[in-house]
Amino acid sequence: MNEITGFRRNDGKVGIRNHVLVLPTVSCVNGVASRIGKAVPEAVAVTHGHGCGRGGPRDIEILFRILTGMMKNPNVGAVVLIGLGCEVSNVKNLAPMIADTGKPITILNVQEDGGSLKTAAKGIEAAKSYVAALGAQKRQPIAWEELLIAIECGGSDAMSGVTANVAMGAVSDWLVDRGATVMFGENTEMIGTAHVLARRAKDRKTGEEIEKMVDRAEVLTRDIMGELASLVISPGNMDGGMSSIAEKSMGCIVKGGTSVIHEVVDYGAVPARSGLVLQDGPGYDADSMSGFAASGAQLMFFSTGRGTPAGFPTVPVIKVASNSRVYRAMEDDIDVNAGLLVEGKSLGELREEMIERMVRVINGEPTKPEANDMGVFTFMTIHPPF
Amino acid sequence: MTNALTDTVLIINSKDNVGVALRDLKAGERVVAAGEERFPLLEDIPASHKVALKDIGEAEEIIKYGETVGVSTKEIKRGSWVHTHNLESRRWKK
Repeated sequence: MNEITGFRRNDGKVGIRNHVLVLPTVSCVNGVASRIGKAVPEAVAVTHGHGCGRGGPRDIEILFRILTGMMKNPNVGAVVLIGLGCEVSNVKNLAPMIADTGKPITILNVQEDGGSLKTAAKGIEAAKSYVAALGAQKRQPIAWEELLIAIECGGSDAMSGVTANVAMGAVSDWLVDRGATVMFGENTEMIGTAHVLARRAKDRKTGEEIEKMVDRAEVLTRDIMGELASLVISPGNMDGGMSSIAEKSMGCIVKGGTSVIHEVVDYGAVPARSGLVLQDGPGYDADSMSGFAASGAQLMFFSTGRGTPAGFPTVPVIKVASNSRVYRAMEDDIDVNAGLLVEGKSLGELREEMIERMVRVINGEPTKPEANDMGVFTFMTIHPPF
Repeated sequence: MTNALTDTVLIINSKDNVGVALRDLKAGERVVAAGEERFPLLEDIPASHKVALKDIGEAEEIIKYGETVGVSTKEIKRGSWVHTHNLESRRWKK
């Protein structure tokens, strides 16, 4: 029983959730979004620390890509966009970027709509009416080809690359076989394995892009960390049995499975191809997940060995523990215990359970981070603020 | 399907010449992988560390995940612990 359902959007995309997103364009108006979120708990109100103060073209590109990507994400059915008025990512620049989705959007500006309280009141009214309208929308059958599923690992331990990431890799291969798009990223955690990934590339050009991406990540790591760069493989990693950076990275990239790699996708950009694709994005989980969401991911898997409860506001995140100890210690935060792989459960058996759980989640069952409201939204920047 | 014998070592890829200890293992204990009893351990192996699945010569590739994760710096007998004392990274040498 692998029938999956979702919500069809005007732009042809499908969501597996039907969220009303309340999004501030800039941190100065975070409080307005929070106020709306408190008054309309069915809506997803997010806050963030960005929107102004960074002038470099790359940072501005990322800012616009992530904010528009948040609104375009297929799990979002309607948007209440809260602007200030004088910020870089103001609504006049942002709103046209999502016009082609045909998504209902209410645009407010604190400087023009009477200040924070009156703007919040207008936003509350809009959010309530969207919640009612989306509540009437029915789920329809969808196909695996319509899904983008991202794979993340964070708060890893020595077993992450042995149990949880291997299990997620098996699910990833299953998804790719069914025509889904699977994305993983964390370029710093590919260091030492560029040749392995490049060998799996669809063509030579894609292979070269993979090599370049991992080289850049390595150079950047050395530039920033200097002599400490070797700590990318830390004494703790070594105590856990990792003997080389390549071994550590293999344990990381195994989470994407063994399929052909079709594309290197820039941070937060929308993939042009289906199958397995790589995000050229950071290893930091929260930033990485925002990139996936902006790329259009409707669902994520996230392995953890030390135990991070983090999810994403608009995207269900299935948490996978790498060991039974952390699963038991944080049972309310973790969906799947891959630690059972070392207690007699076979990989095939665990994979089937993960697929069943994934189908239920796609069809509406909340993941632990969703149930606990543990979504976090922040994103990568290159330069410090001015 | 649950394995009849509980595995003590995980072999991730059939090409691998090292397996991963699934708990702290003692010298003399027999390796059980994929439900099958194999060979005795020559030394203690801490949980999540690597054990040689076959005799490995000096300067041979250490294969895990079906890929090279380092090169042996000395001969490694089957059942031995494989780590930084007998494996050298090809990059980021410390």
